[in-house]
Amino acid sequence: MVSVGDLPEELIARPQALVVLTGIDIVHNAEHLRIWDAFSNNRRPDRVPIQFKMLPGDHDYLKLKQKKTAYDWVIPKGILKTNWMRKHLHDVPAVVVVFFELDWDEQLWNERKQACATFVEVVRTALHGRQTRAAVVLIQKNAPLPPGEDVVAADRATQLCNACELSAKALFVLPNSDHLLGYVIRLENAFYELAQAYYHHESRVVKAHRDHLNKTTHALLFVRHQFKVAFYNELKQDSHTALKHYRQAYLHLHELRITDYNLLEIKTNSCIVNFKICKLCFEHNTPLDAISQFRRHVDIYKSKIGTADLAFEHSAWMSKQFAVFGDLFEEAIRAGLTAIQTQHPGFYYQEAARYAIARKQLCRGLCPAELKYPASDPLAEADKMEYYGQRPWRQGHQSLEAPSVQKEREGIQALQYRECQVDHSWLVIPLLSSAIAQFKKYKSPRMKRYLVVQMGEEYYHAKDYSKALALLGRVTWEYRSERWWSILTNILQLSLRCAYLVMSFEEYVTVSIELMGRYAQVPREEKIRIQMNLHKIFQDEVPEPEHGCEHDSVEKGRALWTTISAGGKSRSPIVVEMNSITAFVECKACFTADSFLCESPVTVKLGLHSFAPMPIRFSQLSVRFSNEAYNQFGIVVDENAVDDPIESTSYLKPGQTLWHTFQFIVEQDDVDCNLSIAGVDLVLGSLEGCCATLRWTDGGGDAIVHPFATQVHRKKVALNADFSVVSWDVLPSNYSTHISPREANLDVQLLQKGPALVNEFYLMTVSITNTEVAQISNVRTSISVVTAVADAVATAQPNTFLYEDIDLPCSQLISMPLLEELKPNQKVDNVAYVRCVDSGARLMCIQVSYQIPIDISGKMSMCNCMKEITSSIEVCEPFNITVSLTNMKVC
Amino acid sequence: MAVCVAVIAKENYPLYIKTLPNENELKFHYTVHTSLDVIEERIHSVSKNTNDLRELYLGLLYPTEDYKVYGYVTNSRIKFIIVIESTNATIRDNEIRSMFRKLHNAYTDMVCNPFYTNGDIIEST
Repeated sequence: MVSVGDLPEELIARPQALVVLTGIDIVHNAEHLRIWDAFSNNRRPDRVPIQFKMLPGDHDYLKLKQKKTAYDWVIPKGILKTNWMRKHLHDVPAVVVVFFELDWDEQLWNERKQACATFVEVVRTALHGRQTRAAVVLIQKNAPLPPGEDVVAADRATQLCNACELSAKALFVLPNSDHLLGYVIRLENAFYELAQAYYHHESRVVKAHRDHLNKTTHALLFVRHQFKVAFYNELKQDSHTALKHYRQAYLHLHELRITDYNLLEIKTNSCIVNFKICKLCFEHNTPLDAISQFRRHVDIYKSKIGTADLAFEHSAWMSKQFAVFGDLFEEAIRAGLTAIQTQHPGFYYQEAARYAIARKQLCRGLCPAELKYPASDPLAEADKMEYYGQRPWRQGHQSLEAPSVQKEREGIQALQYRECQVDHSWLVIPLLSSAIAQFKKYKSPRMKRYLVVQMGEEYYHAKDYSKALALLGRVTWEYRSERWWSILTNILQLSLRCAYLVMSFEEYVTVSIELMGRYAQVPREEKIRIQMNLHKIFQDEVPEPEHGCEHDSVEKGRALWTTISAGGKSRSPIVVEMNSITAFVECKACFTADSFLCESPVTVKLGLHSFAPMPIRFSQLSVRFSNEAYNQFGIVVDENAVDDPIESTSYLKPGQTLWHTFQFIVEQDDVDCNLSIAGVDLVLGSLEGCCATLRWTDGGGDAIVHPFATQVHRKKVALNADFSVVSWDVLPSNYSTHISPREANLDVQLLQKGPALVNEFYLMTVSITNTEVAQISNVRTSISVVTAVADAVATAQPNTFLYEDIDLPCSQLISMPLLEELKPNQKVDNVAYVRCVDSGARLMCIQVSYQIPIDISGKMSMCNCMKEITSSIEVCEPFNITVSLTNMKVC
Repeated sequence: MAVCVAVIAKENYPLYIKTLPNENELKFHYTVHTSLDVIEERIHSVSKNTNDLRELYLGLLYPTEDYKVYGYVTNSRIKFIIVIESTNATIRDNEIRSMFRKLHNAYTDMVCNPFYTNGDIIEST
């Protein structure tokens, strides 16, 4: 069904001259088939723009209309006829070419000549007096001789031309030889010239009408004639003249008087002319002209809405205009035009989408809900109208008033009925996605996001709620990180509605949590309502529906919720990632110091601050550490019922901070490591039933809002300060700490006597004295050589060898025998030998590790300690032999 | 008269947005937010050239159907945006420039205020 604003197909394609070939029989004659193929196949753009058609010789062409000599009594019934363009593109040829097999040296020359002449006569009669040019092509077997040499041919050619009443220029020869394509191309060029002559003649004929017209009665004809002239020029491929005439036609259109009844016709015709103008401007590589023409076109018609009952038609028309222009622009870009960030097809698609959305809203507002299609079927002839843009029930009517008020009303009703059947959202969504693609191409990410939000809204109106939810979810993080709270709130409210209607439990809870938070710009009553709904969910009840949803969708949504909660099965617990949203509860965890000694307990302070409008209770709080063994120390469970107003350590009042402190002793394996908080889990709802786990990673904090260095300007709060008096925003969040090992209280010495000599088994004594208060056990000693980096590079082989005993093999590291225990102030000596093959200094590293029982908050546990010393050994050459010659004389 | 005025911080979050009371605020939020795209593009393209005479006033950003959006960037990357109705043809370029200059002066006065910490939302009576 042709709807308002649609362009006819004849308009969109590029006009090409029409040439008809007759006399070719492709079914029975293989040579003819080759000839036809050469003409019709493989029409590359560098060949002349001609459309070839093959018709039988006696095909009856359309009758030429009676030419008017005087226009006095002619009252035009419309501006442009719908079949005119089609006629000239497909039906009425510019040139008819007759193919005839005739050689110059034909035996029965006269008979054949006569047959040819009759054939041409038949064609001429079939044309009914149109000025279509006729041409004859003789299919010959031999190649033609160069002109001037073949006297016979020249003579016969003139005879044939006289017989067929053709001019000498209209007779051609096509030898059926190998260079068929070359001859065919030459023929095509000749046909092209003939076609151009024909169209030129036709346009002059139309221009000649102008003298007979006057402005008052024939205003429509001015437009029609200019359009015709321009179209002929296009067929002639003279696009500059064509453009000039189209612009004239456009101007004439605006001189017409506009009433409610002919507004649609004027709009339709002006959109056709505008399309042509813009297309030609783009082809001539003057895009700015095209854009300014389009802008003017839109500005003129923006306010001309027409009948108020059909205002949606105007929006549909405007939307179509923008979409079509966007398409033209895009085509031009593909053909090589470059667009910039502020002027590209995306804007036009976006406007088209905007008008389509307006159309949808107008339709909802104007069309009554129960509408029936009127029995008289006013739109019966919508597809077969005679003139573009007229109403089917009053075709050809040009006076200022409607002929029948009843018919008008029925017509309007029919159109409204049709409009209600249109699925508007599916018109908007493709426009939006084209716009999004364009904006992405031209690097406008924020505009793209805005369009994604609009698309989400359209999906919501189209009742595809899960898709809407997916789209909206994709953009929320960007608005959140850029901190545009009002936009974010709007998106979240829409998401909440969608989540309710599709019963997406996780999304619903996440969005509710965020909407209750402190940055959401919802009024307090709204927050309370959301909190109540959340409460109901955790108690396995059905939440109330959101406002502003469609009635039947609400029913469906409610049914979904009731089936789940009535089924008795609780919903599976969900996990909400808190680091990516700004929720109503914020968590900050910190170690009270940057490093702890291994024997002192590690203290973690965890604060929870609630921005919700009403108090809320959570059922479990747990802290997870990098070493999972400590997780058990960080759990707080609340046994009270969820809606019990007893204040406890898990009851969060609005605006208050709740502090929890956890302390534990580290295990020995973690000494000298970093201990960090992996995450904090807060469980809302009852643990046996429906619950949601709010999960923070890395100790909470508000990474979204204050990731920047703005905190540098704030005074740092000391970690061990009294947090209850500090405001929540400036609290630090320190989630990593270092466990430093206990200082070893041991005296280790390397005793040696004098310098070592090269290659000597040098005795070293390691002396260990226990200066601790308690007895130590499991004393392990080891000696190794410290190789400086330079040494390792210079010497490929080790130059120092360690021996435990002289008879034993050497090694690079010696471990002394384990000592079970060492009493306080007890001393023990271990010996080792070292042999060096080079002189120089050596660095020996001695490590002693032991265990000592220590008291950590009442519990005795073994603590590992280690002491390491380095000592240097000087190695020198034992003998230094020098030789000097005193006398060379032998005596 | 301007329909909407906005002050945007360096990190592209709004410090202050004010619209005429009976207009659709959300639409203006979106308009200002999307015009940040164009501003960012201009800033980045200009910063490739030498920086000595960088023009603070960016001029007409892009004309949407009904509104004209003008932008202005300070040296500390604070952005001012003014939105004007297209039908208001009497406003000339000079007037826009003077509006921006007044805004800039007001902003610098506010920064000099010792009680104002950088990055806070601006509240004005």
